[in-house]
Amino acid sequence: MSMNPVHTIVAKELRSFFVSPVVYVIGAIFLAVIGLLSYQAVANASNQALRLMQLQNTYAQLNLNEMIFRPLFQSMNLILMIILPLLTMRLFAEERKLRTFELLLTSPIGVNEIVSGKFLSVVIVYSGLLALTALIPLTLSAYATFDWNPIILGYLALFLQGSLMLSIGLFASALTENQIIAAFLSFGLILGLWVLGALSSAFGDSTLGNILSYLSFTEHYERLIRGLLNMKDLVYYITGMVFMWFAAHQAIDAYRWK
Amino acid sequence: MIDVQHVTKQYGQVTALNNISFSIQKGEIVAFLGPNGAGKTTTMRILTGFMPPTSGTVHIAGFDCLEEPWEVKKHIGYLPESPPLYLELTVTEYLTFVGRIKRLGTEELQERMTLILQQTGLTEVQGRVIDHLSRGYRQRVGLAQALIHNPPVLILDEPTTGLDPNQIVEIRDLIKSLAGSHTIILSTHLLAEATAICQKVIIIHQGQIVAIDSPEQLGAKLRQSEILNLTVKHPDPELLNALGKISGVIKVSQGPTPNSYALETQIGEDVREELTKLVVERGAGLLELTTQTVSLEDVFKVLTKSDKPVG
Repeated sequence: MSMNPVHTIVAKELRSFFVSPVVYVIGAIFLAVIGLLSYQAVANASNQALRLMQLQNTYAQLNLNEMIFRPLFQSMNLILMIILPLLTMRLFAEERKLRTFELLLTSPIGVNEIVSGKFLSVVIVYSGLLALTALIPLTLSAYATFDWNPIILGYLALFLQGSLMLSIGLFASALTENQIIAAFLSFGLILGLWVLGALSSAFGDSTLGNILSYLSFTEHYERLIRGLLNMKDLVYYITGMVFMWFAAHQAIDAYRWK
Repeated sequence: MIDVQHVTKQYGQVTALNNISFSIQKGEIVAFLGPNGAGKTTTMRILTGFMPPTSGTVHIAGFDCLEEPWEVKKHIGYLPESPPLYLELTVTEYLTFVGRIKRLGTEELQERMTLILQQTGLTEVQGRVIDHLSRGYRQRVGLAQALIHNPPVLILDEPTTGLDPNQIVEIRDLIKSLAGSHTIILSTHLLAEATAICQKVIIIHQGQIVAIDSPEQLGAKLRQSEILNLTVKHPDPELLNALGKISGVIKVSQGPTPNSYALETQIGEDVREELTKLVVERGAGLLELTTQTVSLEDVFKVLTKSDKPVG
């Protein structure tokens, strides 16, 4: 019995991720920053609660979802923009640099399997990091009551948003053998998508404005972390990832057929 | 086993390979010889299916490289110029990964693994991380990688570059031991290497094949005369004249030292017996008598300077 080639690639990638210090450094920074941000959000919320109590002289019921989790999800998005390109930069660039790409491309496995394997592996690593941040709402739930539904949707948003960024990074990494360039490229592409959202507001409710705002992840992400589950937002993320998958595939074909 | 017909490869305006054709029989060891940039690596990359030719056809073990690339890939073991190693993995982890992407089953992989580790002398270092291995060992891991799925065709791009003399001998012996059961193509810019391991040499220059022949034949074709080097203990001017009178000797000249001589002789005339007799009779004290064979180096220089194909 032979192992599915995609599994083989995923297993190898995960092994490589966890023996390199990069994942640990990125993970530690990611978790530390999110920890600090959530501490700040909680401190802020309790300050406001105190102030409300003094003003109204009553026990104030605060909406923790609005006060803590939404701002937290918003800032996590920003951190992902900076951190995820560092996770994807090595995927193909390193293979090209070390010439191991020749081994992969002269083996009886398809480029689609290589791309899928690489993408899955990095999504798995990211999901792991995301799962660790679940400690924050879990800890808070011991001291306060809040609605879990928007939080679950928020995590879905983070998962989709992050995966989209990872697929962009996957493509960027297939373009060059320089990891630093790959990281900056994916950072630039993600930033570009973000800016599109800001740009769209300048065009208002025109067709162009609507197209731009659909293309940018901002509105889709905002809706999800507000607790609104829309088919159109899910479609946006899925098509985005599929598109980047194809782009990476094309980049690799171009590399060998040049 | 390998059949290449009219293959041309262009990178934009640059023609890397210009209409090359050759075929290689099962079990042969063949060397691609040529200066850097001659087109050796490009040829190998086309053979392995890494890149397609601009025009022409390539068949490996009966399969067309463009039409059935997967079959071709299963039949080839390829060691690129720098071994494609994942430095963070151990030798076994790495070979397991390669075995799996070559589509070996779990049991088959296990069997091959033990055999290959033994064959390439890696058994003792199998648990070590590749990053911590010496260059020689890394090259062996590279070879093991090319061999793991027991391919009938082996393509080795400069397998001994960057190794120390001992390691070179080891790798060459290893390659030689694989002959017969595998068809091997290796590229090299070392002429001695081609002579030492290969039965056939394909000389490439500026994207064209300038010669295909055995190393000995190539040498024979290019030489018009043989040179004998003679060293004696007591040289004297008389000896120089006497040597010139031996039949078959074309010219005698003084060697690099006062007591050595270089004799140019006609091809096919073995004058060594007469020569030694003469030296002994004169009491000159024979120290050394060697035949200077035309090295592939000379062949190579002649072939790549003139554009005339030989052979």
